[in-house]
Amino acid sequence: MSFLKVENITKKFGNQFALNNVNVEVEKGEMVCILGPSGCGKTTLLRIIAGLETSDSGKIVIDGRDSTYFPAAKRNFGIVFQSYALFPNMTVIGNILFGMKQKSKASKEDLEIRALEVLRMVDLFEHRNKYPRQLSGGQQQRTALARAIAISPSFLLLDEPLSALDAKVRNKLRSEIRSIQKELGITTIMVTHDQEEALTMADRAIVMNNSVVEQSGSPRDIYNNPSTPFVAGFIGSMNFIKITKGEQAIRPEKICLVRHSEQHDYTALIRAIEFKGALTRINGLMRDKSEVYIDLSSQEFDSMNLREGATMFLRLPEKCLTSYSDSLIIEEPV
Amino acid sequence: MIERMKQWISRINIGQLIVLCFMLAMMVMIMVLPLFSLFARAFQSNAEEFVGLENYQAYFRTPALFRSIWNTIDISLVTAFFSTVFGFLYAYALTRTRIRFKTFFRYVALIPIFIPTVVHALGLIYLFGRQGVITRMGFEIELYGRIGLILSQVIYTFPQAFLMFFVTLEYADGRLYEAVEAMGVKPLTRFIKITLPEVKFTLINVIFVCFTLAFTDFGAPMVIGGSFNVLATDLHTQIAGLFNFSMGAVIGTLLLTPAIMAFIVNRITNVANMGAMSAKSTKLIIKKSRGRDVFFFILCSVIAFCFFALIGALALGAFTTLYPFNMTLTLDNFRFNPAQGGIGSFFNSITMSLITAAVGTVFVFAYSYMMEKTNGLTALTKIGKLFSILPMALPGMVIGISFILFFNTPTNPLNFLFGTIGILVMANVLSFFSVPFLTATGALKKLDKEFESVSDSMSIPRWKLFYRVSVPLSFPAILEIFMYYFVSSMVTISALVFLYNPTFRVASISIAHMQAAGDIAQAAAMSLLILVVNVAVRLLYELAMIFIKYKTKRRES
Repeated sequence: MSFLKVENITKKFGNQFALNNVNVEVEKGEMVCILGPSGCGKTTLLRIIAGLETSDSGKIVIDGRDSTYFPAAKRNFGIVFQSYALFPNMTVIGNILFGMKQKSKASKEDLEIRALEVLRMVDLFEHRNKYPRQLSGGQQQRTALARAIAISPSFLLLDEPLSALDAKVRNKLRSEIRSIQKELGITTIMVTHDQEEALTMADRAIVMNNSVVEQSGSPRDIYNNPSTPFVAGFIGSMNFIKITKGEQAIRPEKICLVRHSEQHDYTALIRAIEFKGALTRINGLMRDKSEVYIDLSSQEFDSMNLREGATMFLRLPEKCLTSYSDSLIIEEPV
Repeated sequence: MIERMKQWISRINIGQLIVLCFMLAMMVMIMVLPLFSLFARAFQSNAEEFVGLENYQAYFRTPALFRSIWNTIDISLVTAFFSTVFGFLYAYALTRTRIRFKTFFRYVALIPIFIPTVVHALGLIYLFGRQGVITRMGFEIELYGRIGLILSQVIYTFPQAFLMFFVTLEYADGRLYEAVEAMGVKPLTRFIKITLPEVKFTLINVIFVCFTLAFTDFGAPMVIGGSFNVLATDLHTQIAGLFNFSMGAVIGTLLLTPAIMAFIVNRITNVANMGAMSAKSTKLIIKKSRGRDVFFFILCSVIAFCFFALIGALALGAFTTLYPFNMTLTLDNFRFNPAQGGIGSFFNSITMSLITAAVGTVFVFAYSYMMEKTNGLTALTKIGKLFSILPMALPGMVIGISFILFFNTPTNPLNFLFGTIGILVMANVLSFFSVPFLTATGALKKLDKEFESVSDSMSIPRWKLFYRVSVPLSFPAILEIFMYYFVSSMVTISALVFLYNPTFRVASISIAHMQAAGDIAQAAAMSLLILVVNVAVRLLYELAMIFIKYKTKRRES
């Protein structure tokens, strides 16, 4: 049985659906990322799971107990926000002890031992007596994480925890959060709009759009078999190409460039070449004026002698093509 | 339906609901019900029978009363004009020129705030009265009446006008000025096309605020109004002299009119003014201009000199045996005559102001916290927010008469409060509620809005978060509120004049009584005591702020 069950949750703000009949299940010890563009309802869903927001209808079951009407304090979770929300008038260890003292009846010494243990885990032991403003953004977010796990919660909620940090710190913290999560085996739900973050960190990703869940599955599965055009376009890049058998979707890296055209190949005009380091992206214009993107390794690109304005030949491997029925395409957001 | 009820009830934090209801009940008790009594009485005879518009008809048929409306509008218009012009020029000098001693000038402009309006009038008597310093130099004006009132009200409203313009002008967008500079626009065109639009909304507000303050003030007309009747003095006569409460209520509603208009204008311009300043604005670099700086320096010096002359004249009266006949220096004037309240009234003022500041600060801060951080219960917080801005539109005299009409009835269970210090504190807390509320709300809005979510997740009760985090982090705002309440209570007179008990007189009222009894030197001495205490409180506040800044800085580096 799953640890957390979100059943048919609906929430409206005025006339606008924030969540429209959403169902989610999270297994014990799993790291789940809720992914979607801003305004898709993902943060509202997290806040409803936390009990910081009420739903209009539906049910939240935590650890087998119907918790729909429980206030936040009774749900036993730790939470980390994008803004850190550290108390600036308390030191790092003060922030951590503030919540622990409330939750536990253990002696002061025991609590301090536990707090220091957690601080070592997030590598902040030597910064324990500093105030939040004396720390870097990454250190502050690790403090917030330490504060959340120090109360030994039964699950962890992360609301865009890395969005306020710069790219390098973000990458480092990603793997740190993930390794701590695995070490503790703690059920974790993270909300993010960054698909790369979701793909690298999650056991399972839930893609949301327009207040509904579009797809749920392992990152690899979602990437390889996106079930809707929205997911296809939101996770990675996707070409939608009209060919003889109707509109087909294909990932830019699955398109092969060939030197000599054969019967089933297509021609396209090279409009722009974008060097992205290990990869090079080519933007082309097909005969029917539709756009196409091709990713190839920069090494391969160098061997091909391609120029802007020249013509290239595309081969679309049959097994890499996906088609979405017309009804699905209509559901795509405008 | 039952499902929804169950959900609603389960999520309501009972503690929060109780605190919120308590606060709204307080506001209903000290504001809504008294105002209701006032409006009801305006349509009732003194026997408390409904008479429709009869009271108003009677009012407008009595030329002596009717005349006061024009008198009041007259002095308020002239006051608003002069205060706006001087306030603007003074603020412009301090923000857009390179004159020296700006800090000094800024504090000097605040002097009138630290003394009651009766004292502005008293100072004028020392300068322009029959034996006044300036009169004796051969320059005579008709002080008692229209001119004296206008002078006094300009002194009273100038700091308000100055402060409002100062805040607006201080935040100039330097990019705009650099752009027109590059286009070679002439200074006058620049002033009309950029500076004036920048202060447009403030200008409208200042005019209304100055008009309203002059319209509703009682202190100055009480002392130098002479036979020039205004609404405030009429109101006092009707209530305290003739016990004609119905007519008093009618005048009370008339006094309320410009205040309500000012209030509405303030709401509209506030909304329109939102977002005028962007985060990208750069600091304005003020160009050198000798002519401009000389002009503004002289202007500021003259205005500052006027304030010093006012205080100087009071000191002259307070420290001499019998100005102008016996100029021997003495401290005798500080031995106050007990018949007009004596030195006791000074300590009464301090006691009342300290209690008001303590009660007011706790109430306002907790009130704004509830409005800002309650989750759910939107209907209640909306009402609460409306309540919080209404006091801005309530002149002290209106609060005073409403309190009499509401509390001083035998059927009111709170009747026992009447004549105690408690009712004075309540009137003050209400009178000065809106500015502190905005200060507190501003401070609370700066706190991370997820503090509450985090502490909920850690099962920390709200009251604990409140006193461990919200209060310490908002401490500068709390101090500011305390100081504001204290200083305002020290100088107020209009609500209190209806509510004080002869055995518990406060200093501002004593000053008026001393002056009326001819003990003008003692009145001057008492005025100086109030000024000294208020300036000292302000200084303590500034020192505390420096200390707090120093402490938080240590936490950040």
